[in-house]
Amino acid sequence: MEQQTGTATVKRGLAQMLKGGVIMDVVTPEQAVIAQEAGAVAVMALERIPSDIRAMGGVARMSSLELIQGIMDAVTIPVMAKVRIGHFAEAQVLQSIGVDYIDESEVLTPADDLYHCDKQAYTTPFVCGARDLGEALRRIAEGAAMIRSKGEAGSGNIVEAVRHIRAITDAIAMLTVSPKEELVARARDIGAPLELVAEVARTGKLPVVLFCAGGVSTPADAALMMQLGAEGIFVGSGIFKSNDPKKFARAIVDATTHYTDASVVAAACRSLGTSDAMPGLDIRKLPESELMAGRGN
Amino acid sequence: MSALVGVLALQGDVQEHMTALGRAGARALAVKTRGELDRVDGLVIPGGESTTVMKLLSRFGLDDAIVARVRAGMPLWGTCMGMIVAANDVAGLDQPTLRLIDITVRRNAFGRQNESAEVPLSIPVLGEQPFPAIFIRAPWIERVGPGVEVLATYEGHGVMVRAANVLATSFHPELTGDSRVHRYFLEMLGAVGMDTSAA
Repeated sequence: MEQQTGTATVKRGLAQMLKGGVIMDVVTPEQAVIAQEAGAVAVMALERIPSDIRAMGGVARMSSLELIQGIMDAVTIPVMAKVRIGHFAEAQVLQSIGVDYIDESEVLTPADDLYHCDKQAYTTPFVCGARDLGEALRRIAEGAAMIRSKGEAGSGNIVEAVRHIRAITDAIAMLTVSPKEELVARARDIGAPLELVAEVARTGKLPVVLFCAGGVSTPADAALMMQLGAEGIFVGSGIFKSNDPKKFARAIVDATTHYTDASVVAAACRSLGTSDAMPGLDIRKLPESELMAGRGN
Repeated sequence: MSALVGVLALQGDVQEHMTALGRAGARALAVKTRGELDRVDGLVIPGGESTTVMKLLSRFGLDDAIVARVRAGMPLWGTCMGMIVAANDVAGLDQPTLRLIDITVRRNAFGRQNESAEVPLSIPVLGEQPFPAIFIRAPWIERVGPGVEVLATYEGHGVMVRAANVLATSFHPELTGDSRVHRYFLEMLGAVGMDTSAA
């Protein structure tokens, strides 16, 4: 019997299995175990969480393989890791060590200011950030098997993630009521391939799973994003920059599962007691050069 | 009225199963609470992460309720994560499960995501045509207890088993357009006396 690995179905399929779940940034094997114990569906292995990347400045690159391998060995849930936008050699390396998902991420310093990786060339699936439908469909055309909002990573501020998820879901809704003769112009306007635009117009959803990322720091943030149409949640700095990571991790998982039941979300909020969420930033006061969401195209 | 089949909706590919059940002729209900569980004639535990879902089942008090319903005869089908959750134990890991079918499973048995694959699988009970089986970080079955029938094997290990009212598959029929496994499960609902014909 003939078996086929690395098909679009298998790559998109893993993201489908993660739906309704929380993916947590971790920087050590110990944090990965805490995340798994709290109920994370996957972890993102990286050297520094986004708020620390923001604080340190300089060039942020793919994490050390020793660190990623240590995290892969510590947990049974899928492990993701980040490469710089367009850095296909970093992606080749991550595929060769067997990570389960590659995040071509604006949180790291872009390696190519014009082009993203050709993600169809890999057996390992990719997730990419997007601010709007056109960006999401360009990434899918390149082979992304999962999309997440960009938000503004490491800010502790949900406003950009809300903007991006609303932009994507509003544009999808508009396409579903657009007559066929408008689709070519819509594809041109948003800079996306016509076939994908036509598919979204027909199905009313992205052809891959859509998660929220960038700024989630409380259980209520997670419930908000799920109600706005995200199919799951990435939490970066929000857990291990809070002052009680175990409690925050579990509370965000519970709120993501029962996002339409305010009494469960309230219980998740109450479980935090007086613990503080991570400190937040006013994105309007950040200089343009420090914004991550604008990276990529 | 057709049978009402629940899909455990704590996490995983819930909508894919609901759509596939509808295509196979059943009504489907997402199950997150005990009240919803009480209403269904059968339950599907979908694909997802088994460590996550076991924790959520216990936090929200659904584990005992599901075990009681299945022991009382309610048909259950677990796909991938659902197979792990239903199994008696997990090889090499101290992972709690619902212990509803006497099998030992090995998680991520074929490897990590790079080894996930689409396979034309021979399943004699579904007819001659191979089934388009999709394995994603899939488990296989290492030990089968008495009374458990192996319905399909791949690479020398069981990947589809049934014991009385419990069905388990390592792969994901809900990701294909092929309804045969969903219809097989719906026939199990009929076989245990569920009323699938009355108005």
